[in-house]
Amino acid sequence: MIEIGLGHYLTLGAIIFFLGVIGIFLNRKNVIVILMSVELILLSVNINLISFSIFSGDLLGQIFTMLILTVAAAEAAIGLAIIVIFYRNKGSIRVEDIHEMKG
Amino acid sequence: MLAHAVFFYFFSILAIFSALMVITSRSTVNSVFFLILDFISVGCLFIMVGAEFLGMILLIVYVGAVAVLFLFVVMMLNVAQQKQSWFIGKKSTHIPSGLIVSVLIFLELLVVIGGWKYKENVMSSSNLVIDQTITNTHSIGSVMYTDYILYFQLSGIILLLSMVGAIILTYRKRENVKSQSYLKQISRERSSSVVLKEVDFNKGVKIDD
Repeated sequence: MIEIGLGHYLTLGAIIFFLGVIGIFLNRKNVIVILMSVELILLSVNINLISFSIFSGDLLGQIFTMLILTVAAAEAAIGLAIIVIFYRNKGSIRVEDIHEMKG
Repeated sequence: MLAHAVFFYFFSILAIFSALMVITSRSTVNSVFFLILDFISVGCLFIMVGAEFLGMILLIVYVGAVAVLFLFVVMMLNVAQQKQSWFIGKKSTHIPSGLIVSVLIFLELLVVIGGWKYKENVMSSSNLVIDQTITNTHSIGSVMYTDYILYFQLSGIILLLSMVGAIILTYRKRENVKSQSYLKQISRERSSSVVLKEVDFNKGVKIDD
């Protein structure tokens, strides 16, 4: 318990990943919370990469974390822009109201 | 070692709690605030484990930019007035299947973490060994700008594309907005804008009626 190793960080990443996935499914409110769940999932991936990088003494994981941060920021910007124009057209961003594709 | 464990448990419990609150809280603004708390606690974990540069980047980029972007969108879209409820209303059929899928993923991850032994030489077979004598930022910079310069530039292009995409998506042409037209300005000619009048004495000028 006292010795914090790789397994602790991986478990933390797994729990946050699980919470992100469950947030996507559970959510009935609006699409912004789904985007936040995607951010949580990417954060858990970052935790995994950084803990492997530190505990195996390899720098490559931190560089890939940097790239993932970039992609996550781009994804958040595009997703929020799509949400803004959807709200402008439909006046609502509830998940139930988005059924144009009859999915 | 004890302090490390105490701080690890503190920050990780904070991170898990705030992740839970992100997905369950009633109002979207509270979700954004708990997302910020989550990023801060995970950033502290990164700093604690030895990746100082990425922890600081997480604080600056995520808390300073992305979370505030979420806050702005929540503020603009007036989602606070929507009825905030998960289960009330239309009966949703995909919650049980979603729970099953996510619990399965979690169990698989736990199996991978718990029931896996690495060979001893896996950990020492890296070719980008972290140099303990220079700082974290220095070592990341010395690798990222030399060996991984193409990935770095590719991420810059991704950021540029997302910026252009977001501007194009949200841009709309407005009517009745007075704006400057450079082409109209520089294509005026003297004959169309200036008239020379011969003015007689004691008569005055009659400007066109």
